[in-house]
Amino acid sequence: MIRHVVALGLLVLLAATPSWAQEPIRIGFLTILTGPLAAPGKEMENGIRLFMEEHKNALSGRPVDLTVLDTGGTPAGTLAKARELAEQRKVHVIIGPLAAFEAYAIAPYVNSQRVPTISPSAAADDLTQRKATQFFVRATSTSTQPTQPFGTYAAKTLGFKKVATIADDFAFGHEVVAGFQKAFEDAGGQVVQKLWPKLGTTDQGPYISQLRKDIDAVFIGFAGVAALRFLKQFEDAGLKGKIPVLANQTAVDEALLRNMGDEAIGVVSTMHYSAALDTPANRKFTAAYRKAFGTDPGYYSVGAYTAGLFLKQALEKVRGKVEDTDSFLQAVRGVAIADAPGGPIRLDRHGQAVHNIYIRRVERQEGRLQNTVIHTIEGVSQFWNYPEAEFLKQPAYSRDFPACRFC
Amino acid sequence: MLPRHRVIGLGIMLLLLLVAPPFLSSFLLTLLTQALIYGILAMSLDLILGYTGLASLGHAAYLGLGAYSVGVLTTRHGANFWVTLAVGLLLAAVVAAVFGLVALRATGVYFLMITLALGMVIWGLAHRWVSMTQGDIGISGVPRPDLGLPWSLAKGIPFYYFSLAGFLLALWVLWVVVRSPFGQSLVGIRESESRMRTLGYHVWLHKYIGFIIAGTVGGFSGVLWGYYNGFVSPADVELATSVEILLMVALGGRATLLGPALGAGVIVLLKNLVSVYTHRWLLILGAVYIGTIVYAPEGIVGAVRQFAKGVKPEPLRSKA
Repeated sequence: MIRHVVALGLLVLLAATPSWAQEPIRIGFLTILTGPLAAPGKEMENGIRLFMEEHKNALSGRPVDLTVLDTGGTPAGTLAKARELAEQRKVHVIIGPLAAFEAYAIAPYVNSQRVPTISPSAAADDLTQRKATQFFVRATSTSTQPTQPFGTYAAKTLGFKKVATIADDFAFGHEVVAGFQKAFEDAGGQVVQKLWPKLGTTDQGPYISQLRKDIDAVFIGFAGVAALRFLKQFEDAGLKGKIPVLANQTAVDEALLRNMGDEAIGVVSTMHYSAALDTPANRKFTAAYRKAFGTDPGYYSVGAYTAGLFLKQALEKVRGKVEDTDSFLQAVRGVAIADAPGGPIRLDRHGQAVHNIYIRRVERQEGRLQNTVIHTIEGVSQFWNYPEAEFLKQPAYSRDFPACRFC
Repeated sequence: MLPRHRVIGLGIMLLLLLVAPPFLSSFLLTLLTQALIYGILAMSLDLILGYTGLASLGHAAYLGLGAYSVGVLTTRHGANFWVTLAVGLLLAAVVAAVFGLVALRATGVYFLMITLALGMVIWGLAHRWVSMTQGDIGISGVPRPDLGLPWSLAKGIPFYYFSLAGFLLALWVLWVVVRSPFGQSLVGIRESESRMRTLGYHVWLHKYIGFIIAGTVGGFSGVLWGYYNGFVSPADVELATSVEILLMVALGGRATLLGPALGAGVIVLLKNLVSVYTHRWLLILGAVYIGTIVYAPEGIVGAVRQFAKGVKPEPLRSKA
């Protein structure tokens, strides 16, 4: 008797479940798997794969259909792949892309197609500032979100007066340096020299020999392998230990750190995450990541994983009804997570993450290099401590803004 | 005139291009549109590469000039299509005229290197002239043109026909050029520059005019490209893009005009479709290039022609 009732009850439940419950949630993932940015692109894919594995390919009781596409690292390629995802695969949400120039290319498109897009990596400031769109949110820092507090920290806490900067000559490099410079100079420091090696430069020697001798520290803003060569050549030039090195969020990222040697020890950097962060959520995340891929997670993988957490929370809020684009988008834009791997994270009204920024120092622990957290700045917004209205009135950070007044 | 079977073949191709859109998914349609625009660019390069025998590694510059004209004029000044078209063509023509003065002093590999350098000048401007081009970030938010037609070009199908019209126009212009006595003299120059000179032709001037026409038509494809993507960035004028156009011409068949357009179609479709299914798409693309060079050194069109004549295509062998 009881068995029959249970069976009947189950039947009723099954019948009552709307048909969409069995339809998979389609997620498009845009990354770069060929060319110079292929290594970070692979890390990004690892992050989302781990997330999906942990959730057994199901969110809010619905199976998940994940499509990973390679954009080839060009804006036109990214746009073509975004079209494939939106029009051909009819995805409900896009996670990606990797690079800022890719994000600028697709932001207007995903907005017109009404596909909510969560950026796990593309950091360009203006995408959540002067050119913010409804359908684009970011699960990672803007380019300058970590470097602005770092500028203040370098002037006030580290007590540096004169700093030279050297960074990749593309949008991301321009922005990280500009943010650092603005905050550093507002706190009384002076940026006295700005060098821009072309992205992909193999020999940093000529730039290192150009560095002025009267500087207190050098700030590096490299996105990829340039940091490897720079630190090595910096040591070869006999400058290690004489001039302290400050680094942006990607230069001593865990993805690069495992290929570095003692030349990296002592580099102080800034980011919204460190694999060495000692919180329960991060211990769990790094352990799972190490088990799956044998390496420490870093900027790109934690971004993709956090984007997965965003998606999960938003889906739970709309009970898996991803088809209702308006309420789903609203849920995405209202995301607030207390225990992400990088600590508490929430979105501001522009769709940009507000989260902790960690000042880290490269140290050797148990035989391998790690970014030990030496200082935590909690709840940092993309505008740092500048008033939002005033911040948005100034020109976007670029190669030429702020101007180098002390050069 | 053209032989009958070729007229029929071309007619079928045109008919397919005309009736295909309603049957294609919107994604395939955008790829086909992209193929048409790249087709124009590849055909314009064919005029100097195939017909005149000058391999240029800076042809992406003209794509960029056209596209940046659209990007800057529409987003900053709200310019309409005709203004951007006029500016884009004029800018491409003027730059080609200046570059031609420099590049045409040389031939062969030196010409290749000078055009490469000149192409990089345009890339450098796109990258560094931030106040005009927004640098590495590029210009986004370019609206689709409004020609006052009853169909909105923001939609896929009308824009496809718009691009097809542009393609046919460019094809017609280039066809008239290569069939003219002027075009024939370009071929003569390719075959033997010294003989043409002895015959009294002003060789340099012929090459110069051909170079400017190619640049201008390249600029035209750039205007369409800017509207198609709604976005322009330095990546459009990179060396990689120039190399890709060269490959399109080589793959399709030099000095055949439609061959390069076909090559453009094959490469655009391969690149975008294969990469959806496998991350090893570059390997496949590479294999196609090598296969073409070894088994069809005259490109797709060359191989088809030989086949039609009943001649077996001869694999490339060392002539030692």
